[in-house]
Amino acid sequence: MAVNSGTAKVTLPADDQILITREFDAPKHLVYKAFTTPELVKRWWHANRGEMTVAEIDLRVGGKWRYVMVAEGDFEVGFHGEYREIVPNERIVSTEVYEGVPDAEAVNTMTLTEADGRTTLEILVQHASKEHRDAHIESGMEAGMQDAMDLLEQVAVSLR
Amino acid sequence: MARAATTADAFNAVAEPRRRQILDVLAGGERPVNDVVRELGLPQPQVSKHLRVLREVGAVDVREEGRQRLYRLNGYALKPIHDWVKSYERLWAERFDELDDVLEDLKQKEENDGSE
Repeated sequence: MAVNSGTAKVTLPADDQILITREFDAPKHLVYKAFTTPELVKRWWHANRGEMTVAEIDLRVGGKWRYVMVAEGDFEVGFHGEYREIVPNERIVSTEVYEGVPDAEAVNTMTLTEADGRTTLEILVQHASKEHRDAHIESGMEAGMQDAMDLLEQVAVSLR
Repeated sequence: MARAATTADAFNAVAEPRRRQILDVLAGGERPVNDVVRELGLPQPQVSKHLRVLREVGAVDVREEGRQRLYRLNGYALKPIHDWVKSYERLWAERFDELDDVLEDLKQKEENDGSE
């Protein structure tokens, strides 16, 4: 089990932002590779909540990406967007639309910083407005988040 | 530290890790400010600032008893947000746990390729 297991820091630095931070025991070019290679993305992005059926990545400015996950009970969630800025191994700026709320587009900035072979990852989700951010939060509450609670409950029950 | 423009926003009030810690301390019951300071291991002025932000959004109440100021959680309105931040964090934590495994494989592969 990796040293960072179970951690991820989520903060809401402004009314229209969400910031996710995590440190990895790997150099940044490998973290970048895991984020930009479809068959690798398919191995981790699902977070054990379902199976990723689509991971399309056209990694160039103006290129499109699309992820689709099928959760238990055939509940399908799709996300897509476009790459706006690419600095290999360091930074990707892309748009993101949750297909369940198609008019709320966010801009995600992923930044990788390496020190002593370890990489700090930051993902800043910038929404167009506080309302859009709240919609993101609410859609999350309805969709995948409940699964997380259920999963946790199962684990808790199994430990009894 | 929260900026003036965002302190009225309940989401921001509970998204600051230290303030979540304060809410967790107060979840155990009413506590004097000194207890909160001790539990967090932060200087008192910093704790007081966080408590003020939490008071402004109604997450905590305060009352005077003798020379003490006692704080207590008033978190019903904030609980869904608090829960959301925690479960969103859990979603990413699980994603990153899987990613750790992928990175281990990539490191191994790089080592093997280098030694060939």
